[in-house]
Amino acid sequence: MFIIQRRDFDILISALKQRGYTVVGPAVRDNAIVYDEVNSASDFPVGWTDEQEKATYRLKRRADEALFGYSVGPQSWKRFLFPSHVKLLSVVKKGKTMEIQSDASNEKPPQYAFIGVRSCELNAIVIQDKVFMNEQFSDPTYVLRRHNAFIVAVNCTQSGGTCFCVSMNTGPRVKGKFDLALTEVVGNGVHHFVAEVGSDKGAEVMKEVPHKNADASGAGVAEKLVDATAQHMGRTMNTDGIKELLFNNIDSAHWDDVARRCLMCANCTMVCPTCFCSTVEDATDLSGDYAERWRRWDSCFTMDFGKVTGGNFRPSSKARYRQWMTHKLASWINQFGASGCVGCGRCITWCPVGIDITAEAEALRKNSVRIEAEHSTGV
Amino acid sequence: MNARKPKVAVYKFASCDGCQLSLLDAEEELLAIAGTIDISYFPEASRRMVRGPYDIGLVEGSVTTPHDVERIRAVRKECRTLITIGACATAGGIQALRNWKDVKEFTRIVYANPEHISTLDRSLPIGSFVHVDFELRGCPINKFQLIEVIVAYLHKRKPNIPTHSVCIDCKLKGNVCVMVANGTPCLGPVTHVGCGALCPSYQRGCYGCYGPMDSANTSALSAHMIEHGATKHELMLMFRGFNAYAEAFRRESDSHE
Ligand code: SF4
Ligand code: SF4
Ligand code: SF4
Repeated sequence: MFIIQRRDFDILISALKQRGYTVVGPAVRDNAIVYDEVNSASDFPVGWTDEQEKATYRLKRRADEALFGYSVGPQSWKRFLFPSHVKLLSVVKKGKTMEIQSDASNEKPPQYAFIGVRSCELNAIVIQDKVFMNEQFSDPTYVLRRHNAFIVAVNCTQSGGTCFCVSMNTGPRVKGKFDLALTEVVGNGVHHFVAEVGSDKGAEVMKEVPHKNADASGAGVAEKLVDATAQHMGRTMNTDGIKELLFNNIDSAHWDDVARRCLMCANCTMVCPTCFCSTVEDATDLSGDYAERWRRWDSCFTMDFGKVTGGNFRPSSKARYRQWMTHKLASWINQFGASGCVGCGRCITWCPVGIDITAEAEALRKNSVRIEAEHSTGV
Repeated sequence: MNARKPKVAVYKFASCDGCQLSLLDAEEELLAIAGTIDISYFPEASRRMVRGPYDIGLVEGSVTTPHDVERIRAVRKECRTLITIGACATAGGIQALRNWKDVKEFTRIVYANPEHISTLDRSLPIGSFVHVDFELRGCPINKFQLIEVIVAYLHKRKPNIPTHSVCIDCKLKGNVCVMVANGTPCLGPVTHVGCGALCPSYQRGCYGCYGPMDSANTSALSAHMIEHGATKHELMLMFRGFNAYAEAFRRESDSHE
């Protein structure tokens, strides 16, 4: 463990820039903390925090000048590793043949350094790794971006109102898979970061950033901050037998209840850091001699998603919400060996009508228990 | 492509001309289009009028008079493919607000000699009278979508015109949601995409210019807004805009009367 003083934080950013990284970190834009290109600590949300509840997000001033004193915002790192729009290829007609051209931006995407990756987000990246770079399939647009990425993780020293990483066993302490991990300690006249090195790349960068070794008490303070965060989760999700809960309740009346409230707007899937669905659109120009193929984010909430020759396999809102939650919390486990939910709370905060996955799971459980009880007493 | 250039006609019914202007506004693209297609009938832009039949007919505007009814039937007969452009042609337009009132009373107030006015009591979309092959939404339409539809029809492929919520476009662009972050009422979750989430990109709530999206749950959005202080009257007005007479919006505004 090392200690980096706040005044030396910019040296970390410039060390990364000098290595050719496009440095992305938190920044305030349009009343929220988003992830954007940053050049120095002054681009960070200095002294800002957020208050989150279902369907509500508000920026608030902090009493200190913390750089990482907020919880996760509307965006995730997904938008850099798995961009919302990607041109896959273009096709040019040449007489009786045609030429397929791949897109340069995919062959040489920016080399990203992400500063401020939270534990739930790191877990989400690991989940997307399983989707986009497994033994069977590998998506070249993802692989290149991911392999070259440098990750500066940050331990959470406060919990957001919709966070439930403790329930999902994905935080708040970052474990592995980072290059550097920081815990911000601010107050009582100190402002520094307790740093942990997670890779050779991370060790190389650390050489250029002034630091000293952290003694036991220095590291202990950081530990305590993260422990306290774990005690103050905004939400909890009971994951006992969750797979069975969902699989056994395909016909629950509760789905009709959610469908009445759900807008089918798809915000939840767009903000979710693990959702990976996309669609492919082909477009020709007027001459018909040139065509492009684009990939863009899609969602199981759209009507088009289930459209196949002959019909739509998920035309009702009920079926679409059920698909999302059942995939996320149950079939994902069969498919990828882990839950598709890392407890980041984004789908709760950014649902325009505040549908809360933890509350829906709880309601499904209550409904299920009630029905079981009725069955066993012969009602 | 055929040796013969496909013939295109552009018609106007009750409308403000804004959608036809989107076509004219696509100057650069239009030049390219002009080389590939024959714009045979477009009174707004040219005096040249080649007789039908036409391969594609683009119709702007709603049907508001008995004469319009006759004319749209004739138009349908002379066009192989009929595409409506804009909220008027697709949902009756802003002039459909009169559908809730007494038109005779309006004509009495507005015209010195109302007996010369021959009008229907409602403003209705083209699709209420004839079969429409494709309805392009928007008030006004997005010129890039119009070009996409024309090109797709010329090349006999499906146009890439999604029908989902405006919210998806907001998120694709990386916008911060104005409803969640600012508490600004926004019709985006129930509105059809097409504008590229224009208003939310400038920190405004969506006005619903592209009409209801494919599975609009307007009552759930209203319930949420009422919980957050909107009045029934405000909701009635919110849904009674350019697409007031589109079914999902019409039912919703009626429920707040
Ligand atoms: S389902 Fe919701 S809480 Fe879980 S990871 Fe996705 S956005 Fe976060
Ligand atoms: S759960 Fe919320 S965000 Fe997701 S589709 Fe339904 S209304 Fe939209
Ligand atoms: S600003 Fe409006 S359109 Fe955009 S995500 Fe929010 S509710 Fe949807």
